[in-house]
Amino acid sequence: MQTRREMMRRSAAVAALLGGAGVLPAQAQTAWNKGAFEAKGVEGVLKALGVAKPVESQDIVFTAPDIAENGAVVPIAVSTALPGVRRIAFLVEKNPTTLAGVFEFSDAVETGVGTRIKMGETSNVLAVAILGDGKVLYAQKEVKVTLGGCGG
Amino acid sequence: MSDPMRIRAQVQGSGAIVRVLMSHEMETGLRKDAAGKTIPAWHITEVTAALNGKTVLSAQWGTAIAKNPFTQFTVKGAKAGDKITISWVDNHGDKRTDEATIA
Repeated sequence: MQTRREMMRRSAAVAALLGGAGVLPAQAQTAWNKGAFEAKGVEGVLKALGVAKPVESQDIVFTAPDIAENGAVVPIAVSTALPGVRRIAFLVEKNPTTLAGVFEFSDAVETGVGTRIKMGETSNVLAVAILGDGKVLYAQKEVKVTLGGCGG
Repeated sequence: MSDPMRIRAQVQGSGAIVRVLMSHEMETGLRKDAAGKTIPAWHITEVTAALNGKTVLSAQWGTAIAKNPFTQFTVKGAKAGDKITISWVDNHGDKRTDEATIA
């Protein structure tokens, strides 16, 4: 009869083997939407995220600087009082990777988030809010970058 | 193992503002080193925030999030003494979890 410990060890070894062989995707890759992050352009990203064409909305409060002296650190924030916003994505139109990040909100948090992004050059930055009922709204702002944050 | 995150969580109004500063290189995979070789991408891909063990916010990040990422959000109905746990996973499979108590 196998002891529990042996059993655990063996299944861990099998899991490691499967993981190494690429049968089981590494945990880091399971939920990360690779396609969306590799997609080019705003439309490409929205398509990869599987969402409808966004409509510009005053209800999405998007704050970003007019001029970012250092493109490596651009503080941005978005908030909205609209109910039912499930996800908010940040897109930088002219970045090599258009999609910067996607935040998913539960009911326990206010639908708003602030973070810092990198920008390669002066570009429009979009905050795209995806509602639970499939509606997609966005707000955008042009941020002028005097020193790029990519390459260099 | 990477450096610990700095997490500040403070009650404000009926909720708590959580500010997180992570320590990560966030390489884009586009930069070149002095020898002209491309530095491979190395960035955080997933972030989750939990209040007392229940996930309240999650995020997927690409390479365009700035180095040493900063994130701020507000948790509704959180009280002083509640525990905020933040975890991240990067594209190397490294992970880190840190906890803070709301003040």
